[in-house]
Amino acid sequence: MGRGNDDALLRLIDIRKVFSRGTIDEVTALDGINLDVYEQDFVTIIGSNGAGKSTLLNIIAGIYPPERGGKVCVVGQDITNIPEYKHAAYTGRVYQDPSEGTAAKLTIEENMAMALLRGQPRGLRTAINKRRRELFRSALSPLGLGLEARLSAYVATLSGGQRQSLALVMATISKPAILLLDEHIATLDPKTAETVLELTDMIIEREKMTTIMVTHNMDIALRYGNRLIMMHQGKILVNMGEEEKKKLTIADLVAAFERAAGEEFKDDSIMLSQR
Amino acid sequence: MIESIVLSSVSEGLLFGFVTIGVYITFRVLAFPDLTVDGSFVTGGSVAAVMIAAGHNPFVATLAALNAGLIAGIITATLNTAFRINALLSGILMMVGLYSVNLRIMHGANIPLIRSITIFDSVAHFLSIRRSSILIIYTLVVLAAIFFLILNWFLRTEVGLALRASGDNEQMVRGLGSDTNKNVVLGCAISNGLVALAGSLVAQSQGFCDVNMGIGMIVMGLAAVIIGEGILHPRGIAKILFACFAGTFLYRLFITIALRLGLAPGDLKLITATLVVIVLGVPYVRKRLRGEWVPPAARM
Repeated sequence: MGRGNDDALLRLIDIRKVFSRGTIDEVTALDGINLDVYEQDFVTIIGSNGAGKSTLLNIIAGIYPPERGGKVCVVGQDITNIPEYKHAAYTGRVYQDPSEGTAAKLTIEENMAMALLRGQPRGLRTAINKRRRELFRSALSPLGLGLEARLSAYVATLSGGQRQSLALVMATISKPAILLLDEHIATLDPKTAETVLELTDMIIEREKMTTIMVTHNMDIALRYGNRLIMMHQGKILVNMGEEEKKKLTIADLVAAFERAAGEEFKDDSIMLSQR
Repeated sequence: MIESIVLSSVSEGLLFGFVTIGVYITFRVLAFPDLTVDGSFVTGGSVAAVMIAAGHNPFVATLAALNAGLIAGIITATLNTAFRINALLSGILMMVGLYSVNLRIMHGANIPLIRSITIFDSVAHFLSIRRSSILIIYTLVVLAAIFFLILNWFLRTEVGLALRASGDNEQMVRGLGSDTNKNVVLGCAISNGLVALAGSLVAQSQGFCDVNMGIGMIVMGLAAVIIGEGILHPRGIAKILFACFAGTFLYRLFITIALRLGLAPGDLKLITATLVVIVLGVPYVRKRLRGEWVPPAARM
């Protein structure tokens, strides 16, 4: 990276997570993750089912804490044990399922107003006013979906792709330190997925967001971002920087995995999604 | 006769409309099925009745009743958010517990207010006219308008919006930095505050408070919400609040007509309960008949 350790925007230190501890189902989802993410990094994380990708995002987002001894620091602040809702000031997230990131029974502008106040105290001012509406319109119009003209429409009336695009704008509008994308195009049809992915890249580029994107798809992991991480059984196996990633092919990636894991690469879901 | 039926329905629609808004806030807005209502309604009535019977200013007594409801709501929501007791059970525990509390507040099962000065007497005295059913209606209209305006404003504020969003997508609300537990406590407090306010107004208009007058209040509130939604299909906060009052009025109108047609008053609760069962149950039965897949019943 060529940068000092002190200016890491997100620092994960010895993150472990064990589920169902002490039972027959005990599983180590994360097994000592150390990771530094720097300002304006766009990290793609790839790995098979059970690699610990989602668990890692959940810990960064504060859904649950890591095991004792692990630390999550953002912009120099230890946020390991603060409640989930306080993580919102640091992390914005787009979930896999479009219905998770938006509120269906509220209107588009109401959803946007919720997102606008991310991490800020909410008061007794009217949530939506003229100035905010203008702001929502200018944030939504680059999507090219016409949402800016439908501010008072209920989100339930939007398609999955539209909802996911809205969720993306909501996750970024108040500029959290880190954008977390949790397989956010996995449930969309291929054409919509491609559109949402392009919008994602555009927004990240424009807002200069520091981003971590989890994906199942090797091709996407190679095409987007400046860093690539491959996870396997709760560990980071491959951690590539910009230079290495530029000339990387899927074959290289498979080879790198096999070298690191000491076993043959045989995850169907990833191989199948090479396209 | 028609006039008297309509007038009494208007008056009861306004009185119990506050209960309906309370039920709407918990059931529909927060998705927190709060059964505290049957208890907090009487708590409001008994706090106001005790104070009024002791000669306190009826407006102060009514405000005190509202506050007692707020506290009841805060406790119910805390049982759920801090001790992880299921929402339905939290409400049932409070409803049962409040029965004893209400008996304690009233030092008995009943307090008459016939010779005491209620807010309606106060208003009549202020305007130098006799207390009449029309006067009660005007007073209630003013009160309803005040709370309508307050709620219509509050639910549009940043806090109010977070409260509404909490019942829709809790995960998202936390993800956007709002403490959903706090929102649930706030919502339950407002809901039971309104219910207790209704209890105090009902006690003052009927001239007594009885420890059993809250039985079935939650089901009435639900029935009124369902009628209001079914007939008006409200969109937007103002229309929803209006639909709560309108639904309660229609519910009371149906009941009054049924009673005049010879329905035994004791059968009222069964009929209301049946109405709610039909409205909640029929959509699923219809889906089944159409051969659609229906998800398994949720229990907790």
